[in-house]
Amino acid sequence: MKGSTKRKSVSYAKWGYIFILPFFAAFLIFQMIPLASTIYYSFFEYYRSGLNIIGPNFVGLENYKALLGSDFTKYMGNTLILWIIGFLPQIFFSLLLAAWFTDLRLKIRGKQFFKVVIYMPNLIMASAFSMLFFALFSDNGPVNAFLISAGLIDKPFRFLSTVVGARGLVGLMNFLMWFGNTTILLMAAIMGINPALFEAAELDGCNHTQIFFKITLPNIRPILVYVLITSMIGGLQMFDVPQILTNGKGTPNRTVTTIIMFLNNHLYSKNYGMAGSISVILFIICAVLCIGVYFSLNGDDSKPKKKKKKAARAAKA
Amino acid sequence: MRKSAKSLLALALAGAMVLSTAACGSSSTTSETTEAPAAESAEAGKVLNIWCWNDEFQSRFNDYYPGVKEVAEDKSTTTLEDGTTVKWTINPNENNNYQNKLDEALLGQADAAADDKIDIFLIEADYALKYVNSDYTMNVADLGLTEEDMAGQYQYTKDIVTDDNGAIKGTTWQATPGLFAYRRSIAKDVLGTDDPEKVQEALSDWDKFNDVAEQAHEKGYKMLSGYDDSYRTFSNNVSAPWVEGTTVKVDENIMNWVEQTKEFTDNGYNNKSSLWDDQWAADQGPKGKVFGFFYSTWGINFTLLGNSLETPEDEGGKAEVGNGIFGDYAVCEGPQSYYWGGTWICAATGTDNADLVKDVMYQLTCNADIDKQITLDTQDYTNNMQAMEEIAADPDFGSDFLGGQNHVALFAEAAKKIDMSNAGAYDQGCNEKFQAAFKDYFDGNISIDDAKANFETAIKETYPELTEVVWPD
Repeated sequence: MKGSTKRKSVSYAKWGYIFILPFFAAFLIFQMIPLASTIYYSFFEYYRSGLNIIGPNFVGLENYKALLGSDFTKYMGNTLILWIIGFLPQIFFSLLLAAWFTDLRLKIRGKQFFKVVIYMPNLIMASAFSMLFFALFSDNGPVNAFLISAGLIDKPFRFLSTVVGARGLVGLMNFLMWFGNTTILLMAAIMGINPALFEAAELDGCNHTQIFFKITLPNIRPILVYVLITSMIGGLQMFDVPQILTNGKGTPNRTVTTIIMFLNNHLYSKNYGMAGSISVILFIICAVLCIGVYFSLNGDDSKPKKKKKKAARAAKA
Repeated sequence: MRKSAKSLLALALAGAMVLSTAACGSSSTTSETTEAPAAESAEAGKVLNIWCWNDEFQSRFNDYYPGVKEVAEDKSTTTLEDGTTVKWTINPNENNNYQNKLDEALLGQADAAADDKIDIFLIEADYALKYVNSDYTMNVADLGLTEEDMAGQYQYTKDIVTDDNGAIKGTTWQATPGLFAYRRSIAKDVLGTDDPEKVQEALSDWDKFNDVAEQAHEKGYKMLSGYDDSYRTFSNNVSAPWVEGTTVKVDENIMNWVEQTKEFTDNGYNNKSSLWDDQWAADQGPKGKVFGFFYSTWGINFTLLGNSLETPEDEGGKAEVGNGIFGDYAVCEGPQSYYWGGTWICAATGTDNADLVKDVMYQLTCNADIDKQITLDTQDYTNNMQAMEEIAADPDFGSDFLGGQNHVALFAEAAKKIDMSNAGAYDQGCNEKFQAAFKDYFDGNISIDDAKANFETAIKETYPELTEVVWPD
């Protein structure tokens, strides 16, 4: 008798736990443990000299001291510059295109076609895209051949040997790869706005500019914050595009060396100590920037908890 | 109680998942690596694992090792007459990939199953000492390869793979002396002759070389293609190894390279290319206007020949006079002797096929007949003094690509002069980082002091154990 009453009060909650278990198990093994060991080894001297493993010897904060004494800030600056020169045109064109595509009065034809086309660069692997640009803009590549035959320059412009050229190309590639993605996100956000607001604004005599700044922008702010944060995290972890474009060297004069390329340089000798300390600092910077952006742009949002989690999760990834 | 049961269940499930993923992972990788030999190894008990970074040694082995019975269609394995399966593991060299993979495998060598253990792996001169001075390579004497067996080899090929205790840890079938390959047509225009001896006279030291560069420039040619072309010629003639203790000592001769290259760049004597890039390859072809290239044995008959053709061989072109500038190159010794590249065969400690490894080494690197045949067939320069002297003295031997010149004769002279006593374990990183750091200086982006600082930063990143860099006055 007792058993049967118990059976009636069976809790189905356990199935919930069982179903989410795979995620937590995978998260623990592939994220939590590596994360913890990264932090742990950042306090150790631990690398390979040839085939000999040196360490791990506990050195306290020595790795961090060495790191801050090196060119870390320079690479941090490079990374931010490379991100910004890609992000500014990206957000500008994305907003513009999203506003145009969603404007009911413009009646643009072939919207679907353009949406597909602008998204396409994102389908190519970043490294393949980078290889393509490396070939296109090499000293005797097709771009130079075209410029010379068009009479614009009389000898090849060495794009990858000048700071402006190399950084500009990285920015251009990031812009091309991501503006389509951002446009589609922003379009979704704009289409989520109550159409009555636009109608009311029109009836009140607003022009396009006024509608954009007074209605559209304030209403898509949560998505804008999301775009900014994910793009910033992606930008701070920029690696494959500059790595392949500069053949892993970050030239000229290490001005295209990003933080992750700097980290990668330390992996030549499997220097887990130094690489770990770079990762930890990068993690802290990511977290600080995300929290800063979040509070400055989203301070009065009514449901901040969800967003915060998202940002934190993205930062860990 | 229920709570603990729940967490136990959770743990058990997590554990099961971990195990299943781990099992999946390992079974898929092992099935990949031991696919073919698995069945046979049970009977014959023998798998020879060879690790390398391209198919050069593989094709030499398949073509010239006497015990080869058949080669698998996809070339991934070779079956020998005694039933042994040779399993090839080829990892490309780019970005240190080959060494990274090899290092992992060697570190796990002790725990690997007998048929998974590496038996032979190949190494290059630039990082040879890293492996030679470790316990992961075997002394060839312990395999049974005697000094008499190797008596016919060039001394420098043995010096590179000699460890700190004097044991020889590897052996090679090729010697790679370097020469200066020049365009006959351009030499005629600039110097009035394309005769290798007269051209050599005009290029016999660096001062003369620079003079010819100026003359070539006046006629509208470039002396060299890029920055790194002459690098090996300088870096092989240094007075001390790159690293002493934990100090990097930049040799004066390396700085001479910087000085010469900067002068060449500023005067327009080169084309600002880098080794292996498109421009560099194009400069060697029909449209190139470059006087010559520093190249060693393998480079002339493979890279240079390939680049010289108008229609590449895989597009149906033939390696013959009339296709591009085939036949327009010739070689001379150049201002200084040097070597570039080369591949050594090492026996991995823990190999279960010691006798076979010894035989492979013996047949391919000590057997004069095989070595001579390789040279006659492929024009590669092999590591057998007597065989090479024979070919050098043969008046009928000549390379069509070099306009009928007997290049082996010049190689034979150059090979004797190679001095390897200053090779070190850090050569690869130092050479790469040095060239990369000074490229910015040649490009005019930064001052020489900035380039030096960049080299110091890069080398300390690459080798954390190095503490300082000393520059010559």
